[in-house]
Amino acid sequence: MNVRTHGLQQTSQWGLTPLVLSALSALSARLARLARLARGVAMAVLAFGLTAVSSPATAAPPQFSTVTPAQPLKLPDDFGAHDDFHTEWWYATGWLSLPDGKPLGFQVTFFRNATDSDTANPSKFAPKQLIIAHAALSDPATGRLLHGQKVARAGFGLAEAARGNTNVHLDDWRMTRLPDGRYEARIATPEFSLALTLSPTQPPMLQGDAGISHKGPQPAQASYYYSQPHLAVAGNLVRNGRTEVLKGSAWLDHEWSTSYLDPDAAGWDWMGINLDDGGALMAFRIRDRKGGVLWSHASLRDASGKITQFSADQVRFSALRSWRSPHTEAVYPVATQLQTGALTWQLTPLMDDQELDSRQSTGAVYWEGAVSVTRDGKPAGRGYLELTGYVKPLKL
Amino acid sequence: MSGSTATARQADGSGARLSSSSLSRWLLGGEWRAHPVRALVAIAAIALGVGLGFAIDLINGAAYTEFSAAVRSLSGQSDLQVRGAQPTFDESLFPKLVALPDVALASPVLEVDALVEGQRSPLKIIGMDVFRAARISPDLIGVPQGEKPFDLLADDALFLSPAAMTWLKVAAGDTVRLQVGTDTVGLRVAGGLVRARAGQRIGVMDLGAAQWRLGRLGQLSWIDLQLARGIDRAVFRRNLPARLAAPIVVTGIADQESRTDNMSRAYRVNLNVLALVALFTGAFLVFSTQALSVIRRRPQLALLRVIGVTRGQLLRQILLEGGLLGVAGAVLGLAGGYGIAATALHFFGGDLGGGYFPGVQPSVQFAPVSALIFFLLGTVIAVLGSLAPAWEAAHAPLAPALKSGSEDASLTRLGRAWPGLACLALGAVLTQAPPVANLPIFGYIAVALILIGGIALMPRLAALVFAGLARCWPARLGGALPMLSLGRLANAPNQASIALGGVLSSFSLMVAMAIMVSSFRVSVDDWLQHLLSADLYVRSAASGETGSLSPAQQQAIAALPGVQRADFLRSSLLSLDAAQPPVAIVARAVDIDDPAKALPLTEAVLTRDALRQGLQDGNALPAWISEAMVDLYRWSPGQTVQLAIGGRPHRFLIAGVWRDYARQSGAIQLRLADYQALTNDHQINDVALRLAPSVTPAQAIAALRRLPFGAVLAFAEPGDIRAISLKVFDRSFAVTYLLELVAIVIGLFGVAATFSAQTLARAREFGMLRHIGVTRRQILGLLAAEGGMLTAIGILAGFTIGFCISLILVFIVNPQSFHWTMQLHVPWLGLGTVAALLLASSAVTALVSGRVAVSGSALRAVREDW
Repeated sequence: MNVRTHGLQQTSQWGLTPLVLSALSALSARLARLARLARGVAMAVLAFGLTAVSSPATAAPPQFSTVTPAQPLKLPDDFGAHDDFHTEWWYATGWLSLPDGKPLGFQVTFFRNATDSDTANPSKFAPKQLIIAHAALSDPATGRLLHGQKVARAGFGLAEAARGNTNVHLDDWRMTRLPDGRYEARIATPEFSLALTLSPTQPPMLQGDAGISHKGPQPAQASYYYSQPHLAVAGNLVRNGRTEVLKGSAWLDHEWSTSYLDPDAAGWDWMGINLDDGGALMAFRIRDRKGGVLWSHASLRDASGKITQFSADQVRFSALRSWRSPHTEAVYPVATQLQTGALTWQLTPLMDDQELDSRQSTGAVYWEGAVSVTRDGKPAGRGYLELTGYVKPLKL
Repeated sequence: MSGSTATARQADGSGARLSSSSLSRWLLGGEWRAHPVRALVAIAAIALGVGLGFAIDLINGAAYTEFSAAVRSLSGQSDLQVRGAQPTFDESLFPKLVALPDVALASPVLEVDALVEGQRSPLKIIGMDVFRAARISPDLIGVPQGEKPFDLLADDALFLSPAAMTWLKVAAGDTVRLQVGTDTVGLRVAGGLVRARAGQRIGVMDLGAAQWRLGRLGQLSWIDLQLARGIDRAVFRRNLPARLAAPIVVTGIADQESRTDNMSRAYRVNLNVLALVALFTGAFLVFSTQALSVIRRRPQLALLRVIGVTRGQLLRQILLEGGLLGVAGAVLGLAGGYGIAATALHFFGGDLGGGYFPGVQPSVQFAPVSALIFFLLGTVIAVLGSLAPAWEAAHAPLAPALKSGSEDASLTRLGRAWPGLACLALGAVLTQAPPVANLPIFGYIAVALILIGGIALMPRLAALVFAGLARCWPARLGGALPMLSLGRLANAPNQASIALGGVLSSFSLMVAMAIMVSSFRVSVDDWLQHLLSADLYVRSAASGETGSLSPAQQQAIAALPGVQRADFLRSSLLSLDAAQPPVAIVARAVDIDDPAKALPLTEAVLTRDALRQGLQDGNALPAWISEAMVDLYRWSPGQTVQLAIGGRPHRFLIAGVWRDYARQSGAIQLRLADYQALTNDHQINDVALRLAPSVTPAQAIAALRRLPFGAVLAFAEPGDIRAISLKVFDRSFAVTYLLELVAIVIGLFGVAATFSAQTLARAREFGMLRHIGVTRRQILGLLAAEGGMLTAIGILAGFTIGFCISLILVFIVNPQSFHWTMQLHVPWLGLGTVAALLLASSAVTALVSGRVAVSGSALRAVREDW
C-alpha cells in the first residue's frame, strides 16, 4: 500500500473527509502560505487566517488578549488554557525505545483555536473554540509516518481545553497534567494507539524573556512560551493488535498567542533537543519568501539550569543534506547544521521520510521528525526537527 | 400468435391444405383495410389506457425514488438516527449518546423548515456540525466561495443547493431573508451544495448558528449514528430507549423509506387503479370491435370453416386479431406513457396533485418491470376482449351462419344471466373483506366485478325491458315505427347489448367517480365550515415551522379592541411508530363539556359523564383523535394511551374521534392548556378571532397591522381558507377528472363504433323497409329512437351500477385507503347534464351512422339479401 492511498484511506476512516477540510484549510493561496507557516498542524494557523480572511460579518466578534510584559507568564496557572488568546498548543515530541531497543519518534499535539464566532451566540454548539488534535509515529521499520487527527468544536464535555491546569481532550484523545506534575497523553487512531505518562525531571524552561518569546522585530510579534524538556516517558503502544511497552524521553511545548507572524513569513524551522548531558536546546528561525531569514532565536539551558539566549545574529541554520519527498516533490534540509554562537550542532534524521502529507485532509504538508544531534562528531542529544513551508504553493 | 406460425394443417372433412399464416394475413389485412378507423380507435383506446397507467406509474415511481433519495441524503451513511417523539428534542441527549461505547460517531442535526420572505413554501435548513457530519453526510457540506473556508462555521452563512438558489433567485454573496417568529433574519449565501440532488431545495448552515438564528436554542431534530465495529444494530436499537431513559425513536434508512411509502402508497395505488379504468374501457372497445367484426363476417367465417379451416385455427385467428390490436396499442401506449411521464416530470415535477413529494425534481427512469406489466395488461385485456367473439365464431353452427340475418344468435352466449349474477354476488361479498396492507384491494376487485356483472346482464335486461315496453305500448299512441324500434330491440338484444355495454361502462364509472368526488368535496366543505367558525384567522406567516407568536404577542392580539375572543392553536408533530409518518398534535381550546363546538366529531365519542369519570379515574388528560388514528393505531374512545408530550410520557384518555381530511397519517387534538403545562412551549401558530359585531374583518386586519409585529402577520378570512382548501382539493383530484373525461370519451367512441357497425350491418333491413315504403326520414327517426332508447336504458342501468360502485368507493375504498369517512352526496345536476349529453350524442351517432346506411339505393340494399 503506498503512502498516498493509505493517506486517503486513513482520511476517510478517521480524519475528516477531504471535502470539509480542503474547504476548511488551504484553499486559498494566502491560507496555504499561512498554513505552511504553522508550527505543526496547519489547522492551528487557520485560526490566524480567520481574522485576516473571513469577513467581519459578526455583530460581536471576540476581543483577544495580546502578549505583553505587563502580564508575565505565571506557573502553575499558565499550565492551563488561555481561551482569550487566538491560538494555543501543547506539543509533545520525543524519542521512545521499543522493548528490543529499537527507536521510535512520536508526536502528540493538541491545539486550541478561538474563532471569530459571535460571542453573543448562546448556543452550546456555537464554534467559539476549536480543539484540534494530532498524533504521529516515526518508525524506521515502517519507513513512513503513521498519523491521525481530529477536529471538534469545544463543548458538551466532549472536547475541551481547561483553564488552570493542562487538561485538554477531544473525545477519547487527551493530554492531562496530574497534580504531581506528570502528564498523561492518550490517543487512538485506527493505525495505532498511544498511552503515555510523561514525568518531568527538570523544572519548566521559560523561553525568551521569562516566557515571552519574540517572533519578529515588532513588539506584538510574540507568544507566551515555556517548554518541559527531559520528560521521562513510560507507556505503551498498540499497533496491529499488539501492545508494546515503551520508555523514552520527550519534550513538551506550551505556547499561546494572538498574532505573532510577520506577513512576509513563508516558512519556519524549529527544533527542541534533549541533550545527553541534561541540557536542553531550542532553536527556531522564520524564513521569508525570498529565502532570507526574518527572525531567529535559540536558547540553551545547561544541566545546572543556566540559560543562554542566542539572538538572531548568533543563530545560523545550514543544510547538510537535503531529501526530496517522493510524495510532494518538496526538498527538505533533513540533515541540518545549527550554529548557536560558538557552538555547532549537527542534526541527523531518524529516517528521511518523516514528511506529513495531509493534502487530502488538512492540506498542510511539512516535515516533522525525530533527529539525533552530534557536536564535534560526538553524540550530544536527541530531539525533534520541524521544517514547514518547503512545498510549492498549492494550486487551486 | 401461434396461429400465424402454425403450419398448414389437415382440416376435417376436406383434403385441401391451407397455409394458416397466409390465411391470417388475408383475414387481418382484409378486415383492417375495410375498417381502418375502427382498428385504429381500438388501438388508440388500448394505447391510452396503457399510456396513462404507465405514465402515472413512472411519475409516481420517479417521484417516490427521488423523494426517498432526498430524505436518505440528509442522513448520509449513518447506521441509525435517533429522534425524539416530537420534531425536536433537548440537546442534552447528544453527549449521552457520544459517551456510549457502542457509538463510533454521533452527528447532531437540526432541521428547520424556515420561512423565506416572499415565498409561500418553506426552505428546509439543515444545521449541523461539519466536523462530525463530514464522515456521515459529506454531501451536505457546503463549498465556500473563494477564500472563505471558515464560512462553514460562520453564524451568518448559509449554503444553498442549486435548486434552492434557482428557486430563491439568489447567488453566492446574496442575502436570504428568513422569517423567524415575527423577526426577520438575514443570512448570507456563502456557497453551494454541489452534491445536493437535482431539485432538492435545502440549505445548510452551522448547527450553533442554526440554533441561534432560527430560534431553536438547545434543540436537535435528530442525531445520526455510526456504530462501533461489531455492534449488533438491532440489539442496540432495541435497548437504546431504555439505556437513555428517554422517549426516543431510533430509526434506520428502511424506516424512513417505509414512512415515505406509507404516506403516499394509498394515493399512488389509487391513481394507478384510475389508470386501469381507462384500460378497462379500452378493453371494452376491443371487445365491441371484435364482436361486431365477427358478426359482420359470420357468413365468411362459416364459409372458411366449410372449406377446411379448423375451429382452433379460427379461434386463434380472432384472438390473434385482438392480440395484435392489443400489442400495437400497448407498444404505442408504453412509448406515449414514457413521453407523457417525461413531459409531466419536466414541466410539473413529480407531484401529481397529492402533495406527497414536495421539493424534489425527479427525472423519468424507464421501468422495465412495470413496462412489461402494462404491456401484458394491454395485450391480455385485448385478447380477453376478443375471447367471447372468437369462441362464438369458432363454434357457430355452420348452416345457419352461412345465411344472413342470424347475427343476433351469434351473441346468445352473452345473454346468459348466471355469469353476470355470479359476478355481482361475488362483488357484493368482497365488499365485506378487510384491506390488504392498508390497501382496499378487495374493494377494487368488487368494483371490477360489479361492472363486469352489470355489462354481462345488459342483454337480458334489454330484452326484458323492451319486450315489456313493446307489450305495454299503448295502441292508441299508434305508429308503426316505435313498434318497429321496440320490436327490434326486444328481439335482438344481444347486438344492442354491445352498445349498451359501452354506455353502461363509461356512464357507470363516471357516475361512481362523480358521486365519490362530490361526496368527498361536500364533506370537506362541511368540515371546513365546522372548523372555520371564527371571523378572522391570523398566523405569523403562511407556512413553515419558524413562524410563531410569543405570549406577549398573543396578549397584544387578544387585547385589541374589537376582538371579542381569541383562540390560539399550537401544532406540532409526534412520532409514535418509527415506520409510520409522525402524527400531528393540535393543541387548542376544547371545551370538555362540549367538544363538538370545536371539533367535527364523529359518532364515536365518550359521553360527558364517562369522560369526566374516566379522566378522574385514570388521572389522565383528554385527547381527541382523528379517524386515521383508529385505523392505523387501533385506538378507540375510552382507551388510555401514553403520549410523550414535552419529552416525558403522559396518560391521555381518548375522548372521541373526529373527522380530519387534512392529515391521513393521523392527528391528535389536545387542550392548549394541557399542552402548555406539559411542554412549557407557549408559542402558538394560529389565532382564530371572533370579532365584535360592529367590527369588520378589514378593520380588525388594519388594527392588527398596526401592532409592532404586524408586518409579518398573515390574515385569512374563513371564505379565503375555504376557497384555497377547495382549490387544493380540486387540484388533487385533477388527475381524477382527467381520467373520468378519458373514460367518457372512450365510452362515446365505443357507442359510436357500435352504432355505426350495427347500422351498417342492418343495411339490408333498411333496404327492405324502404322497399315497402318507409321514407328515409322515417328510417333515420327509427335509428334515433333506437339509439335514444338504448342509451336511456344504458344510462339507467349505468346509474344503478355507478351508484353501487360509488358506495364502494365512498364507504370502503376511501376509508381503507385514506382513513377518513364521508357522507354520500349525489351531484344530480351534473349527472343529469352528462346523461342528457350522452343521450343526445348517442342519438346523433345513430343518425350519422344511419345516414350512411340509408344513402344507397333501396334495390341494391335488398338485393344483397339472398
